[in-house]
Amino acid sequence: MKAVRTPEENRRISWFCFFATLAFLGLVLLLDQLIKPTSPMYMLLTVLQKGSVYALAAVSMNLLNGCTGLFSLGHAGFMLIGAYTYAIFTIPSASRDTVYQYYDAAVRFSFPEVFGNAMGPAGTALGVLVAVILAGLMAAAFAYLIGLPVLRLKSDYLAIATLGFAEILRAVCQWQKLGPITNGSNLLKSFARVSKFKLVLGSTKLTLSTFVPVLIAAVSIMIIVKLINSTYGRAFKAIRDDEVAAEAMGINLAKHKMISFTVSSFFAGVAGAMMAMVLSIAQASNFKSAMTYEILLMVVLGGIGSTSGSVIGSFLFVAASEWWLRGLDSGTFLGINAPNIFRNGFRLVVFSVIIMIVVLFFRQGIMGERELTDVWLNRRRARQKKKEAGK
Amino acid sequence: MDKTILPYLISGVSVGGQYALIAIGYTMVYGILRLINFAHGDVFMVAGLMMVYAAAAMPLSLAIPLVIILTVLLGFTIERVAYRPLRTAPRMSVMISAIGVSYLLQNLALYITGGLNKNYPQIPWISDRVTVLGMETSRVTIITPFLTVFLVVLLVLLINHTKIGMAMRAVSLNFETSQLMGIRINSVISATFIIGTFLAAVGSMLFFTNYPGVVPTSGAMPGLKAFVAAVFGGIGSIPGAVIGAFIIGIAESLIKGLDTILIVNGTITEQIGLATFSDAFTFVLLIIILVFKPTGLFGEKTTDKV
Amino acid sequence: MKKILAVALVLCLVLAVAPMAFADNPVVKIGVFEPQSGDNGAGGKQEILGMQYANQLTPTVDIDGTTYDVELVYADNASANDKAPTAAQSLISSGVSLVLGSYGSGVSIAAGDTFAAAEVPAIGVTCTNPQVTSECEVYFRICFLDPFQGTVLANFAKSELGATKAYCLAKQGDDYSGGLCNYFIDAFGKDACVYEQFPEGTSDFSTYITNAQNQGCDVFFSPVSTEAAAQIIAKADTQALGMPILAGDTWDSNVILNAAKGKDLKICVTTFYQEGADPDFDKGIKEWIKNDTTALANNGGNDELAAVTVMGFDAYYVALEALKAAGSVDPADVLETLPSLEYTGVTGKIAFDDIGDALRDSAFVKTCNTETGAWDFVTVATVG
Repeated sequence: MKAVRTPEENRRISWFCFFATLAFLGLVLLLDQLIKPTSPMYMLLTVLQKGSVYALAAVSMNLLNGCTGLFSLGHAGFMLIGAYTYAIFTIPSASRDTVYQYYDAAVRFSFPEVFGNAMGPAGTALGVLVAVILAGLMAAAFAYLIGLPVLRLKSDYLAIATLGFAEILRAVCQWQKLGPITNGSNLLKSFARVSKFKLVLGSTKLTLSTFVPVLIAAVSIMIIVKLINSTYGRAFKAIRDDEVAAEAMGINLAKHKMISFTVSSFFAGVAGAMMAMVLSIAQASNFKSAMTYEILLMVVLGGIGSTSGSVIGSFLFVAASEWWLRGLDSGTFLGINAPNIFRNGFRLVVFSVIIMIVVLFFRQGIMGERELTDVWLNRRRARQKKKEAGK
Repeated sequence: MDKTILPYLISGVSVGGQYALIAIGYTMVYGILRLINFAHGDVFMVAGLMMVYAAAAMPLSLAIPLVIILTVLLGFTIERVAYRPLRTAPRMSVMISAIGVSYLLQNLALYITGGLNKNYPQIPWISDRVTVLGMETSRVTIITPFLTVFLVVLLVLLINHTKIGMAMRAVSLNFETSQLMGIRINSVISATFIIGTFLAAVGSMLFFTNYPGVVPTSGAMPGLKAFVAAVFGGIGSIPGAVIGAFIIGIAESLIKGLDTILIVNGTITEQIGLATFSDAFTFVLLIIILVFKPTGLFGEKTTDKV
Repeated sequence: MKKILAVALVLCLVLAVAPMAFADNPVVKIGVFEPQSGDNGAGGKQEILGMQYANQLTPTVDIDGTTYDVELVYADNASANDKAPTAAQSLISSGVSLVLGSYGSGVSIAAGDTFAAAEVPAIGVTCTNPQVTSECEVYFRICFLDPFQGTVLANFAKSELGATKAYCLAKQGDDYSGGLCNYFIDAFGKDACVYEQFPEGTSDFSTYITNAQNQGCDVFFSPVSTEAAAQIIAKADTQALGMPILAGDTWDSNVILNAAKGKDLKICVTTFYQEGADPDFDKGIKEWIKNDTTALANNGGNDELAAVTVMGFDAYYVALEALKAAGSVDPADVLETLPSLEYTGVTGKIAFDDIGDALRDSAFVKTCNTETGAWDFVTVATVG
């Protein structure tokens, strides 16, 4: 049940969330120092890195599909734009010619270098940040242009049109005539990536490989939550529940749909940039519609309409597919050794069966439409009631 | 000039015929359930895989009917298990379920094949080499459009002149009313899925005989293109879907050869890589039609219900 | 439901992490970073065969006076650049001393950064694109490079096949075929080449063959994956291509032989090894493949030897030599000894130059005998 909150409770929740996030970030920073790449536990960091990318992607998709009721399947396309923008503008000039081995690179500067030369190490970090924001802005700009014609379409037509646009974007990025910018269909690499994110303080060196993506995801998700809880967010939900009624209430449909679409795509672009920095490569052929479907399934797993659900869903999805279920692919799982059954691909079969079960029998997903804070609030209220009854 | 373009046209018509057989499944299901059956393309791929394994175990004369029966059974089961329980759920849930089924089928295929390319068996006679208009090609390329048109005519006859066909038309016109009129909705829907998957199975045999390699993602792109063909022709309309599919098939084939055509023509002097857009162009067509004529070429006008 | 799910997941986690193996000798782990699914799955499996055979012949290694059991740890990079870094990470996390692989250049380029960050050395087996080693400190390789292979092929096309106009077909976004086509074009002459790329998931190659015919080319160069190759061969036959097909080392596989058998086509490839160069080795490995049903299946159902299998075999011994020379199982020590390592294997002498590339200056050219379904030796090609 969705709880109506008092202002007092709202304030408490905000602070609680803030401190919880801060504590989590601290923990991640600590883990980053403690776990070395050669340790078996490093998979935990991999999951945190990839999970935060998908969490942001899923939350931004949820903003559109869950909160506004616009069923769009163009997410992979916007992530592609973000990843390419980020990659192109952070390749150091020394590596540019090796990366663009078949083309004459057109973009010849990188933000981390430009700012780094002017302001030192802080400038390098600023340069990365600028590139990430630019990645989001580019995705949002494309979303605005695409939104003009397609947002008029209804439900499944919108879905298939956005899917189509994502495929068109992918083809355009692979076109050899754009090679000087996009490196054709070849991969982009050597740009600013997580393995290079380090903070040197005198003699101590802090590794930030996991901290940075988690931080970007946390800040972005906080902004999205703020948006959802604002008047805009309420207008989105009104549109989702009943377009005609919402319009009658004086909500400008076109404007609000466009805001939701561009904001969602902005963060999809940021997620794309994070994807590039985590994978340390960017290539258009990876951003297929299958990626959109996966993100959609994460949203469904967490519960459509719930931000915290999307976050939980994506971390579970990534952890299960990258880590916990890996044994299903390599012969031994839960101590059972059956190489003939547990061979390559079994993990994904088990995984898709689980997802089908969720889709068919637990349509609410893990969280339904609730948020973690609702759960927490309900518990608190129940406790208080008990206390009062006890008096 | 003719000699340059003709091979592309013939290959395009052939691909178009194969898309058409898939597109009918999409358009019929959408007409009745208002559902984009994302799993349809993967059913097409599974039919191809089943043929690979069946042909290895038994003679083709047994394998072909068996594969068709199994494919139809698969389509029937998918509807029963994954779509029927969600009949009253919001449309988005059913579409998500369809995406889930597609994900499952692809992963299952990945597991069974070990992710390797499987060679499709050669069906004798139709995969032989023939010379048409001074051009070498395989017989299947020539047969496909004729077989497609023949099957479509049969289907249209079925829909217009049989009881089940009448029921289908009634259901697609209005779901609730036809239910009240005593039409057994469930059997109509099952029949739709059976016809759709039957045609997809035939389409898969033609397609994979022509392009003999089956991988888990083989069905994804043809499936999407067939769906676009269905939208392009006007969703719910069978002739529309067929014409849409032929247009898309020919356009795709021409774009792949466009660089060469233009060079031979003398319009351009070097490759400009237009073949990159052979898949994307399908979606450009889709968006153009959605924006300017959302009901497609032959679609009926429907009013939006509140 | 949710609680059960949570408990189940935690259980999975605990059990998956719990170690299982208790062997008598200490174990040294060698990572096998190869595609076992996707476009290059068949080739990757053949390359692994060589390592497995070598591992069976020499299951232990003496490092600094201690006998270690060698364990091969596998990770499937699925022929996908986006899956490669995670697959590489899973090898690193399982504590390998060094890594062998991969078949296909893109995945090696994509994973280079992951290996570099962990400072675990990797030895490329048949990844021929220059970028594998040029941008990565920890990557070495035992095969020749594409600028060399492309030049050899271009020279061969010109002088032996008498070609004047070449049609080059690569897969979009694939570093192996794209790179090789690029170097081929450099050597053959840009104006005499028609270069096209087909998108991923293409099954219709008939239009590309029509393109080659329409533009009057007289050699068809398509160093693509074996999966696409089989389809190209089928279409080339039905459409009466009418020009020789030329390809690189990936085509030296029985997939090609099976596809081309009985067809009216001329196919030439460059490769690392010609059967018969070391008869004892040939006999041994064929015997092993024939008697091991899994190996036989992974080799495509017959005992025809692929050059990549031989390269995998040599790579395994290079790894053992490196471990011996390092006198330690620590990746950092292994990395230090690699630049000065020398080893003479079945495919010839192996040594590395200053960026980690193999010093190799010759390639075998073979042609497919479509009657017998075997490779016929043509020549040993070098670039002067």
